[in-house]
Amino acid sequence: MKLEAKNLIKKFNKTIAVNNISFEIKKNETLGMLGPNGCGKTTSIGMLLGLITPSSGEILIDGISLNSRNRVKLLSFMNFSSPYVELPKKLTVKQNLEVYARLYGVKKIDERVNEMVEDLNLKKFLNKKSGELSSGQKNRVSLAKSLINKPKLLFLDEPTASLDPDIGDFIRKYIEKYKKNNELTMLLASHNMREVERLCDKIIMMKQGIIVDRGSCNDLIKKHGRANLEDTFLKIARSEK
Amino acid sequence: MNWSKIFALSLRHVYLIRGSFPRILDLIYWPTIQIFLWGFISKFFTLNSSIYENTVGIILSAAILYDFLFRASISYNMMFLEEIWSRNFTNLFIAPIRICEIITALTLTAIFRTLIGLVPAALLAIPLFNVSILEIGVPLVFLLITLYIFGVTLGLLVTSGLIRFGPSFENIAWASLFFLAPLGCIYYPIEILPEWLQIIAKLLPLVHIFEEMRSILIYDIINHFQILKAIFISFLYFVVGIFIFYLSYDGAKSRGTLINMGE
Repeated sequence: MKLEAKNLIKKFNKTIAVNNISFEIKKNETLGMLGPNGCGKTTSIGMLLGLITPSSGEILIDGISLNSRNRVKLLSFMNFSSPYVELPKKLTVKQNLEVYARLYGVKKIDERVNEMVEDLNLKKFLNKKSGELSSGQKNRVSLAKSLINKPKLLFLDEPTASLDPDIGDFIRKYIEKYKKNNELTMLLASHNMREVERLCDKIIMMKQGIIVDRGSCNDLIKKHGRANLEDTFLKIARSEK
Repeated sequence: MNWSKIFALSLRHVYLIRGSFPRILDLIYWPTIQIFLWGFISKFFTLNSSIYENTVGIILSAAILYDFLFRASISYNMMFLEEIWSRNFTNLFIAPIRICEIITALTLTAIFRTLIGLVPAALLAIPLFNVSILEIGVPLVFLLITLYIFGVTLGLLVTSGLIRFGPSFENIAWASLFFLAPLGCIYYPIEILPEWLQIIAKLLPLVHIFEEMRSILIYDIINHFQILKAIFISFLYFVVGIFIFYLSYDGAKSRGTLINMGE
């Protein structure tokens, strides 16, 4: 699926959270959305998920506008995972996956849930309540939920935040493997620059609601004369403009 | 309407209740306490007053019907609050579900929660106080439906507030029914109210429902027009409730409060 954001603006009263941003993610491409805290990433993702109404601008998914008329149809091809959004704590992992499989209209529910359980190593805590899981386990379950409908367009917000390096690496590897075997366009918001370098085809750098730079990781590193993406990020984040 | 998605949303709440014995106990506990309390109070009135021949029956039936309304509304609110408390709001609203499907799922599941609480209490009133709400007869079905629609409407209004103002609106969820109770003329006839309040009270379906209940239990008279009026008023509020819910949802999307709403 191709995602296009055209001249998106979001104002909250007098504050401009997102100021006229435009970008495109081609089919099967992964875009990294970077920027310091409060730069408008969450608001942008909220608009792309249909959770926040843009003040102006347009979001097109495969050429179809993400408006209230097309919302349900388009959302069935999309999904989202974030460590800051949880699944019902009192339901077991299995129950949560089943409920979300049904909500997304998955046909062979048991089969799909079992696939996710196998792929993401969820078997040990499948019947445990989601609220009783560790951060690493929660992130894996959240990722399972976000892939339950085999989305064509996936939004990941800091998928490895607060995870130990081992589990973080497991998740990154899994995302890479999944992307290789499935048709998937992805938007990744992350503060982990190595993760972004590893997973993203191109990136946009946001600051104070606008896109201040864009391109492939290597191009940006070269352009700013830095050794890696982290230094490039710091240079852009600390610059006056 | 996709009934499979409605079922999925209901299933989430069924799993929640089924998985927690304290939760089931909590649902049964309060209606049962109500029945005991009002049963003994009205028994005391019977012994010391000759106004009604059947004081226990009338007051207890009113308590059961009022509790039905209360439980329906609270159940609706609670299911919505569960989503906020578990920080599941974003996941719910990015799933491919229509708002009307969310409303339908909550409305249908609320009856399940309501009945878990109320059926044991209503059954307990039969051997303990010799009172059965079934004595109201066939009109009971219509009175319950009307109460249920109004209870869900109050739930819709409170959840609209939760969407609009966030979790801080939670206290209103608990207070909403107590605010209406004095005007509902649940335990006393409408004539008790001052005239100007009677005009306002008549705009609520509760007055018509409880007046009708008393008319049936005391005088054995069924006033079909009053029942129809109650259904009509409830339904009117329900439509208004749905409209306000949609407005709140659109407003929340504009203000960006749907994302990351939680404790």
